[in-house]
Amino acid sequence: MKQFLSFVKKEFYHIRRDKRTLFILLGMPVMQILIFGFALTNEVKNAKIAVLDNSKDASTLALSSQLEASRYFDIAQELHSQADIEKAFRAGKIKLVVVFPQQFDQDLSHFNKSQIQLIADASDPNVATTLTNYATAVIMDYQNRITNERKLPYTIKTEYRMLYNPQLKGAYTFVPGVMAMVLMLVCTLMTAITIVREKETGTMEVMLVSPVRPLKIIVAKAVPYLLLSIINITSILLLSVFVLDVPIRGSLALLVFESILFTITSLALGLLISSATNSQQTAMFISLTGLFLPTVMLSGFMFPIENMPLPLRVISNVVPAKWYYHIASSVMIKGLGLAAVWKETLILTGMTVFLLAVAIRKFKIRLA
Amino acid sequence: MTNNRIITANQLTKIFGGFKAVDSISFDVHEGEIFGFLGANGAGKTTAMRMLCGLSMPSSGSATVAGFDVYKEPEKIKRSIGYMSQKFSLYEDLTIKENIRFYAGIYGKSDAFIKDKTAKLLQQLHLGSEANKLVRSLPLGWKQKLAFSVAIFHEPRIVFLDEPTGGVDPVTRREFWNMIYEAAASGITVFVTTHYMDEAEYCNRVSIMVDGKIEALDTPSALKRSLHAASMDEVFLKLARKAVRSGD
Repeated sequence: MKQFLSFVKKEFYHIRRDKRTLFILLGMPVMQILIFGFALTNEVKNAKIAVLDNSKDASTLALSSQLEASRYFDIAQELHSQADIEKAFRAGKIKLVVVFPQQFDQDLSHFNKSQIQLIADASDPNVATTLTNYATAVIMDYQNRITNERKLPYTIKTEYRMLYNPQLKGAYTFVPGVMAMVLMLVCTLMTAITIVREKETGTMEVMLVSPVRPLKIIVAKAVPYLLLSIINITSILLLSVFVLDVPIRGSLALLVFESILFTITSLALGLLISSATNSQQTAMFISLTGLFLPTVMLSGFMFPIENMPLPLRVISNVVPAKWYYHIASSVMIKGLGLAAVWKETLILTGMTVFLLAVAIRKFKIRLA
Repeated sequence: MTNNRIITANQLTKIFGGFKAVDSISFDVHEGEIFGFLGANGAGKTTAMRMLCGLSMPSSGSATVAGFDVYKEPEKIKRSIGYMSQKFSLYEDLTIKENIRFYAGIYGKSDAFIKDKTAKLLQQLHLGSEANKLVRSLPLGWKQKLAFSVAIFHEPRIVFLDEPTGGVDPVTRREFWNMIYEAAASGITVFVTTHYMDEAEYCNRVSIMVDGKIEALDTPSALKRSLHAASMDEVFLKLARKAVRSGD
């Protein structure tokens, strides 16, 4: 035990002395969560739009000012004819044009219905969809208010809620994805590098000549990164709950348990890489291209697996991150319990045990 | 020096694939002596040494180290030996004190023992004021002396040194050998491989390996006499010239 503790202590010294790496390890998850949460969402703020008001009545003015007042839109231009629309889009700044027909207010008060045309610049389809959704929401909101004011018996209140706040929809899916990515990167890459570094410097040999058992060396190497990962999981979850308003719907304990399981899977992978390589560069290369890319591409976090061709769908099954991502998003977002994810948990456990067994075996064989 | 045999090797062989890296070597090392293990690159020195340290299983033959069998009791051997590798084996990003603590810790030494001995060692090496500095900041010669002190810190019966003085200046090498003498005087058996023939002269006995076999084993003066050579350098050249293998 004493041997083991001196080992763990030494590993912590290594990590503490290398401030830059430590900063990256702890800062990366925070950065990723913030980047994904704020920069890569479909949320649009203060988008420049133009209005072609063919009616200029009380309702259209009220609607225009409501669009302007919302934080999503900024009316940059008042258009005067149909021909102006094309010009406005050509100029490039305008993303959406709102067209009010003639006699808008009259139609609305006489027939209880009227039309608004939304023309969006669909060269960026995501932005176009989001903008039309937002505009529709603002218009619905207005319609709702006048409905209440004029005491007419129908309501349409429930319809637009789903469309509203699409930014949350984005955040939901990426939080478990970022967790998978960060855990994979920290554990696999760092374990592989730290072991291979000792091979490079020759200290591993000295260690193997000592009475310490190889298993202890390996476990001691893994402990600090396991702790670091727990810190990372905590910071990611805190950020998503308190900054991005992504709730943890399922059991926190289950989520943490599954994350630790995945951490161990990643550690085992790192170990396997370290026993197969002799230089830090090779270890890094294998970790990044062999593991990090599949984690991003084939876990279902960036691209839906169902839409992939069959060979890729088959390959995705051996990517541990796929199973973890599935479990984490089920627990966190859908609020499901172990009953719903036991199969995936079992697969992940199986992978972990297999990888650990192979890694330890390889580590020992190298000595003979 | 007693005539207690602390290392015995009998027909010790290591085969990699079809290649006989070590070809049935037999020798004894006496307790408390400085035993020089010489040979050109690729002669099989390191492989032989790794077998004795329990890092590698022999293909055939037998050997005992500190009375323990290399096949059956490698763990007990590991407890009785110290080892300093070719590559400099301290952690550069740890302080001197932390390095000592770590290596003593993995041999399971008590805190009191470590504390007491660290203080003495630092005083001996005149590193008292440097104890909390990173090893990275030390000159190479100091690092090597420190590495040797760390290798015998847990008071092993035998210490294996694999080309310990590579790349250091003659003055430091001389100082390093003084430390080896001190260790031997305190009863530690020293098993050392080297490329420097002047260092071979410092050994009590030397063996010279050529192509996986031991070609000669005796005291430096007896070897010089029997081969009619003026120096160990000449002895080595006369024997090693027969080598077929070369390089690492």
